[in-house]
Amino acid sequence: MFGLDKKDTSLLMIVAVLTLFAPFILNPFPTGSGLAQFNAGYPDLMQRFVIFGIFAIGFNILFGLTGYLSFGHAAFLGVGSYSAVWMFKLLSMNVLPAILLSVIISGLFALVIGFISLRRSGIYFSILTLAFAQMSFSLAYSVLTPITNGETGLQLTLDDPRVLGVTATADGSIPVTNLFGLEMRGTYEMAVGPWAFQFNIGYYLCALVLIAAFYLAIRIFRSPFGMMLRAVKSNQQRMNYTGLNSKPYTLAAFVISGMYAGLAGGLMASMDPLAGAERMQWTASGEVVLMTILGGAGTLIGPVLGAGFIKYFENIFSKINDNVLHGWFSFMPDGLEDFVVFIVHPFIGKGWHLTLGILFMLVVIYLPGGLVEGGQRIAGWIKGNKQSDAQQSETKPAE
Amino acid sequence: MSKLDVSRRGLLRTGAVTGAGLALPTIFTAQSAAAFTNDPTGGSVTLGFNVPQTGPYADEGADELRAYELAVDHLNGDGDGGMLNSFSSKALEGSGILGKKVEYVTGDTQTKSDAARASAKSMIEKDGAIMISGGSSSGVAIAVQGLCQEAGVIFMAGLTHSNDTTGKDKKANGFRHFFNAYMSGAALAPVLKNLYGDDRKAYHLTADYTWGWTQEESIKAATEALGWETVNTVKTPLAATDFSSYIAPVLNSGADVLILNHYGGNMVNSLTNAVQFGLRDKVVNGKNFEIVVPLYSRLMAKGAGANVKGIHGSTNWHWSLQDEGSKAFVRSFGTKYGFPPSQAAHTCYVQTLLYADAVQRAGSFNPCAVAEALEGFEFDGMGNGKTLYRADDHQCFKDVLVVRGKENPTSEFDLLEVVEVTPREQVEYAPDHPMFAGGQLGSCNPGA
Repeated sequence: MFGLDKKDTSLLMIVAVLTLFAPFILNPFPTGSGLAQFNAGYPDLMQRFVIFGIFAIGFNILFGLTGYLSFGHAAFLGVGSYSAVWMFKLLSMNVLPAILLSVIISGLFALVIGFISLRRSGIYFSILTLAFAQMSFSLAYSVLTPITNGETGLQLTLDDPRVLGVTATADGSIPVTNLFGLEMRGTYEMAVGPWAFQFNIGYYLCALVLIAAFYLAIRIFRSPFGMMLRAVKSNQQRMNYTGLNSKPYTLAAFVISGMYAGLAGGLMASMDPLAGAERMQWTASGEVVLMTILGGAGTLIGPVLGAGFIKYFENIFSKINDNVLHGWFSFMPDGLEDFVVFIVHPFIGKGWHLTLGILFMLVVIYLPGGLVEGGQRIAGWIKGNKQSDAQQSETKPAE
Repeated sequence: MSKLDVSRRGLLRTGAVTGAGLALPTIFTAQSAAAFTNDPTGGSVTLGFNVPQTGPYADEGADELRAYELAVDHLNGDGDGGMLNSFSSKALEGSGILGKKVEYVTGDTQTKSDAARASAKSMIEKDGAIMISGGSSSGVAIAVQGLCQEAGVIFMAGLTHSNDTTGKDKKANGFRHFFNAYMSGAALAPVLKNLYGDDRKAYHLTADYTWGWTQEESIKAATEALGWETVNTVKTPLAATDFSSYIAPVLNSGADVLILNHYGGNMVNSLTNAVQFGLRDKVVNGKNFEIVVPLYSRLMAKGAGANVKGIHGSTNWHWSLQDEGSKAFVRSFGTKYGFPPSQAAHTCYVQTLLYADAVQRAGSFNPCAVAEALEGFEFDGMGNGKTLYRADDHQCFKDVLVVRGKENPTSEFDLLEVVEVTPREQVEYAPDHPMFAGGQLGSCNPGA
């Protein structure tokens, strides 16, 4: 259905179900319980899951298919965010024009950067994109302060024009982002026994965009164009010798993946109308590389899983403090409790990077195909080595 | 590669799923009916403390967190009560806020606006925080203040010194106890005039973000009013750790005063570089070369070691003050942690108590009621003398300290000495002062 074969359809369905029911899936623990700490089903984090999912899907179209490792993808995300916020400042608080503009601007931006960077391949390409991204970051951070508001970040104010909307609401505050009147921050809370599930409008907009983006990615993966991109990855030289000019294909892939990043940036600004320069920093570019590799580069669903994994650590693990630890281990005798807290301390709170780093190393060493390979191994183990079917599955990791 | 064969079953299934997907977001259009965001219903109330635990301001952040924990202890009636005993308002009884036990959640701002907003959002959406406090970078404080305004919770700014926080970026839900760059300039200028005369050439090195810009503007205006000349102003990146390339040109610029608009780790590094280049031993234009650090703190003095001796700056509060409030605070902080608190800790502690007191007096956690209780509130006994929370811009007005790096410190904490206490009248300004113009408070937002 939708022009997909059975496997891809079921994959799309899995993604759709996962995203649409995320408020339930991510909130497994009752609100009052001690484990509520690990709940991730609140609007901001769910939005981040899907937005970074979109970002990683786009990155994977370039990296997973062509093998070109862009180390400056965050620049497009940042450009998308800035365009969207400017749209909120100048035009209206409707998210649609903002998202459209962010996709277009980041596409153009990707065209320029891609045109220059794609003259080289391999490590030189990575360095070129990294250089461009750092240039964009520095420009946004200080030189272009009138446009980007520097380190403070671009924010809405009470005296923005907003030609098609209102400058300020009747009660004198800044209007909120909406989709034809549907407020992005609107949340419906559903209490089921001790659980509280939050359904946020902004999240569902992001979720629908993610499903559409995922569908588009499947179509690209399965198209002749996608085949060309894979050919670039396996042996670009041979391709050139056969008389094919691979440049237009790689450039198209670069622009598409830049537009995905812009879309993610636009959505991010729509959920929270602020754009900061640090979104373009090299650490942000590195993050999407980590997400893709952690989840499984070249697979369809891998980058989404990787994005969720990293964002979960960033937001949940970083918030566990010593107080919480003492609460958990309070059943132990005093000396032992302090000792255990002392041991665990470096891995939580501000040490979440350490935990993530260790997990990343474990995944890369033992599961080179990322989380997807892990899932396949478990599935294979359950099915009892019925490898024939799993082998040709659509989630086969690229080398 | 793509073939489209439609079966009845498949069509039904697809239709049902897409229909459900499309309908789901439209069902829930309104928020549930509560009077305001995160109305605490149980026996406890949650505050969110959002401080930098990593990055250039991590030292300040760690000290702020200690102060918050201490404030929560005192609010819940643990410990010796600290400043609650000297505070002029006696509404708080050490039984929580409005009888509810105070709990808190912490987060790491990473000194980045994005991360800080994400962390604050999770506190509001997930943990149900009714008030967010924190800071250490003005850029972050302004970003989080904007978020709190949108979300409908109160923001009690921690250490943020930029004029913009209560100037062009002020918000109805945001309140600042800390002093600002304008006040630093106004307090420092007379002292500088007495020390160094009125015929000086100044060279500014400025951290390149909102705080640095407004600080440079303020100090420049104040010193130029004395008759000083500004030779050059150079912006340095916040993330910079080595300032040698910025210090070298100072030597040949003809300037005889270097003004370091740097804070935290930045100031420690730039001052160390300046001293290493021998700036302090130079004689330029027949005068001794001087260095001024407009915003000073003990943590910075500690980081820069012997280099701070004899260098002047301004500060919001210092632990050696001898009023009742300061003594009580230093005593309880010292008892709990074994060393005296920094000015960052002081302002965060005071902000938490002020918030709790305002809720208690208002009789409600509703942000609008709390804001009303804070606006125009006059209090004493919090270490800064008589203080006013001005209603026009939610800025506190109080005395400002001018301090100097001590020549002969008696302990590792005794690094600064108070040179002068600039009275409140001298640092006051009109709400529509040009350095603060361009923003509006808007109206308070209770959310929901």
